[in-house]
Amino acid sequence: MKELSVNHLIGIKHITKQDIDLIFETADHFKEVINRPIKKVPSLRDVTIANIFFENSTRTKLSFELAQKRLSADVISFSAAQSSVKKGETLIDTVNNILSMKVDMVVMRHSSPGAAHFLSQNVSASIVNAGDGAHEHPTQALLDSFTIREKLGDVGGKKIVIVGDILHSRVALSNIFALQMQGAEVKVCGPKTLIPKYIESLGVTVESNLRKALEWCDVANMLRVQNERLDVSYFPTTREYTQQYGVTKELLDSLNKEIVIMHPGPINRGVEITSDVADSGQSVILNQVENGVAVRMAVIYLLASKIKN
Amino acid sequence: MSQKVLLTSKEVHIILHRLACQLIENHLDFSNTILIGLQPRGKFLAERIKQILESEYQVSNIQLGFLDITFFRDDFRRGEKPLEANKTQIDFLVEDKKVVFIDDVLYTGRSINAALTAIQSFGRPSEVELLTLIDRRFSRHLPIQPDYRGRQVDAINNEKVLVKWLENDGEDAVYLITK
Repeated sequence: MKELSVNHLIGIKHITKQDIDLIFETADHFKEVINRPIKKVPSLRDVTIANIFFENSTRTKLSFELAQKRLSADVISFSAAQSSVKKGETLIDTVNNILSMKVDMVVMRHSSPGAAHFLSQNVSASIVNAGDGAHEHPTQALLDSFTIREKLGDVGGKKIVIVGDILHSRVALSNIFALQMQGAEVKVCGPKTLIPKYIESLGVTVESNLRKALEWCDVANMLRVQNERLDVSYFPTTREYTQQYGVTKELLDSLNKEIVIMHPGPINRGVEITSDVADSGQSVILNQVENGVAVRMAVIYLLASKIKN
Repeated sequence: MSQKVLLTSKEVHIILHRLACQLIENHLDFSNTILIGLQPRGKFLAERIKQILESEYQVSNIQLGFLDITFFRDDFRRGEKPLEANKTQIDFLVEDKKVVFIDDVLYTGRSINAALTAIQSFGRPSEVELLTLIDRRFSRHLPIQPDYRGRQVDAINNEKVLVKWLENDGEDAVYLITK
């Protein structure tokens, strides 16, 4: 019988290839479940999960909530905007207060890198990181790999380019770890100002020309331009960014092969990718969203099975 | 550990034919009936029954599905080992159909209880019956009895009944294993 090697999902860096395989096998079953007429299983009926989001999120929060409800867990959700955090309560106090209401698992998004790790060291519940600053977003990387595996059969041996703001992106970092662990080759592409200085030490290559990067790859993962994180100007104008790093239908059609287009959402239509690319047959953006629920169900199910009664 | 043969290959075959005939008695042409093999081990029995019905008794168009009950079990987080899922393959709705659950061994009845919940995800069957090769009587935790039974066995709790199938285990036989 197989189980995860960890009690928390803090980052892809902390798990193994075997863990990823187990999560994907389990997610396959849950994907079948969420396509049934009745999309719910009672496995986690005695598990309570708190979703604590100190940073805004629509898709990830909905996806986690739906995954938890499909597993019949009891769910409480909480956003920092309405909380005592604003009154000066510390992270551990906030979470311990929630845990004293008998919560078994915490899904947390926080703006500080390492917040999830810190919490896992200091509280008794099982922690799932739903994004910590520019550090990791493990479930996004898992669902991205799951989608590639579904579309292309396997992640191993594939060439993936991550395009855009690598510097501020937790999605990029988690994806690099996950893809390399599964034997894929990873390249990053974007304006020099948005590529971290030491990114090559992770074993990825850097390409500043989008066309060359697309010609090389099997899959292009287009990251969002995170205007809210761009505290200073990293590129002259959005228009200039789009001209150099935006994917258009003409550009895709001029390549000598058909590549897969991914995007973690939310899309800035007309910035990273144009509408006709986002809605084309090459795009798997909505498959990513569907798979997100199945993968999160698998992660929560596997972690919950390690919580002892 | 010792093991004793409960049923030989020949006995298994005779019983499978009898069970197939009993199904025909109640379901005739199977036009409104769905056979559901319970994963993992009921799958083999269900496939055998279907094969006998088709080849020996010329029943055609039998609908067969496989149901995995892992996520519906009542012992999640209660056992020592994690529960591992198998594939569910039901490509049709069971709404208003007669469903026959097929499993190799009926023991506590908890798997069948979980299956009764699980099948509701695919619609509301008009009725549900249960076919098992081995019925371990006197060990039920729930009021569940088979409608078609191959053989009744009195086994105590530290004994295990193991059903082997030619296609998976190299022989057709049923063993009683004492730990």
